[in-house]
Amino acid sequence: MTRAVSAAEIATTTSAWQIRATGLQVRAGRKRMAVDGLDLSLGTGVHGLLGPNGAGKTTLIRALATVLRPAGGTLELFGESVGGLGEHRALRRRIGYLPQEFGYYKRFTVREFVEYLAWLKEVPKSDIPAAVQRAVERVGLADRADERMKGLSGGMVRRVGIAQAIVNDPAILLLDEPTAGLDPAQRLRFRELLQELGTDTCVAVSTHLVEDVAAACTDVVLFVGGRLAFQGTPDELASAGGPEHAGDSPLERGYSALLLGSESERGSWRTSMCCASSRGAPSLPGRAW
Amino acid sequence: MSGEHPSERLIERYVAGSPAIAAASSPAVVAVGEPDAPADELWALEAHLEACRVCRDRLSVVVPARAPAVATLVGTVWSGLEPRLTATSQAPRRRRLGVRLPVRLSGWLTPVMVPWLAMAASVTVIALLLDLFGTGGGTGRVPLVLLLAPVLPVLGVAASWSRGLDPAYELTASVPGAGLPLVLRRTASVLAVLVPALLVGGWVTGVMVAQWLLPCLTFTSATLALGGLVGVTRAAVALVAVWAAVIVAPGLATTSGTVFTLRDGSLPVWGLLLALATGVVIARRGAYFVLGTHR
Repeated sequence: MTRAVSAAEIATTTSAWQIRATGLQVRAGRKRMAVDGLDLSLGTGVHGLLGPNGAGKTTLIRALATVLRPAGGTLELFGESVGGLGEHRALRRRIGYLPQEFGYYKRFTVREFVEYLAWLKEVPKSDIPAAVQRAVERVGLADRADERMKGLSGGMVRRVGIAQAIVNDPAILLLDEPTAGLDPAQRLRFRELLQELGTDTCVAVSTHLVEDVAAACTDVVLFVGGRLAFQGTPDELASAGGPEHAGDSPLERGYSALLLGSESERGSWRTSMCCASSRGAPSLPGRAW
Repeated sequence: MSGEHPSERLIERYVAGSPAIAAASSPAVVAVGEPDAPADELWALEAHLEACRVCRDRLSVVVPARAPAVATLVGTVWSGLEPRLTATSQAPRRRRLGVRLPVRLSGWLTPVMVPWLAMAASVTVIALLLDLFGTGGGTGRVPLVLLLAPVLPVLGVAASWSRGLDPAYELTASVPGAGLPLVLRRTASVLAVLVPALLVGGWVTGVMVAQWLLPCLTFTSATLALGGLVGVTRAAVALVAVWAAVIVAPGLATTSGTVFTLRDGSLPVWGLLLALATGVVIARRGAYFVLGTHR
């Protein structure tokens, strides 16, 4: 009796963290350093990447997806260093990625598109139909699987994007703004899926919606100006804010408090100190949002 | 699988059920308990049944006689399932006529490449017609097909790996199957469409194969090589400009017959350029694994 356990399934991880960055620098475009000196370690669980627009979230996720190469510092995925012009094929087979601008082919049906991506992700040919069906069912599109992509609503297209990201059962799942375009009910369903995936996968979700983080994430990473401003549980984020800070919920107040703190730190003091330890970032009371 | 199969008796005992099975499988089996099948035997048997069709068939023969309760249960489930199965399995089959072909080809070309390829192919045909009917405005004896050959595949290649033209570019760049092999597959499909068209054109207008094939391959290869540095779209635009300046302009101006760049004597130069561009493509193959730095 043969048991189909692939080498990838039983491979020991050489690192305690699926993602580990030290002093990471990544360029966006030619000149701008969008990620600048980031220290970050992410293990199994759902990590919410929070930050204002232009904080470098997308650039960071692209670097984690190995489509952008670090300009400085080190980035390790599964303990393997990423950099240079290496191909990282084995590494990429264990990564799922949903880009912010999720492009697709309109003529393809949902199933065909996810099949195509499964093929590109080098899922073994005999496993593709089952893997595609499972992914499509997980995002709740089983009944629309044979419809063409051009007939789908924005929320459904996003769900196809999530389906293609999980079709290869990734150990690192990178989702860039996955909740954009989802209606509230879909968003709830999506959070459930995230929690389910987070039990055995390292999920990094970038978002600018604080409530997404509160509901689905085990860990919050606040990212400002290309650097880590805060990493901790949603509760810790909430406790950073006080009644004097802007926001409707404790989390939002915590978010604005930390944002304020890290901005003033960078803006007026020009400190070169890394912000990794700024969990209790000093908040300046009285400053308007 | 080894040639060994479980004995008839073991299968019968399995059908009759045992406490160990009762714990793991459906309640219908619980009723008839025969306690003498040890857990490891059961496990081995079930593992074998999962993989062995012959033994599953043997099992299904035994079931109706030994465990009628199971048989009726299976019958009920099946009759409930059957109408739905026929309903769902027909839906995808209906599409098979029109859509299957492009999907099977998607390993070789993306849907966005199709219109570009169609355009390049029709340009070839138009050039050929102009050559044949002698209205190739002022080109003298330089066939239009020969003038166009180098630049036609560039269009297809541009569409095959370009951030601006391919909506799924970023997604494709992030997969393990990306990189030079995929780019070459797509390039090959571009050439597979255009080379036969040019072959016919060259044959009809009496141009030597090497005379157009070498520039054609050189430009294709150069697009990829430059594309690895500055992005394929930009590379294609630059090369079309070079082509216009170096080949078309003198070709239209000259009346002496053949353009210098397409004369027999220039073939070694084309060969050298082709080798150079191919070398650059191979040396920089890692570039097709990352996002271009521009759109």
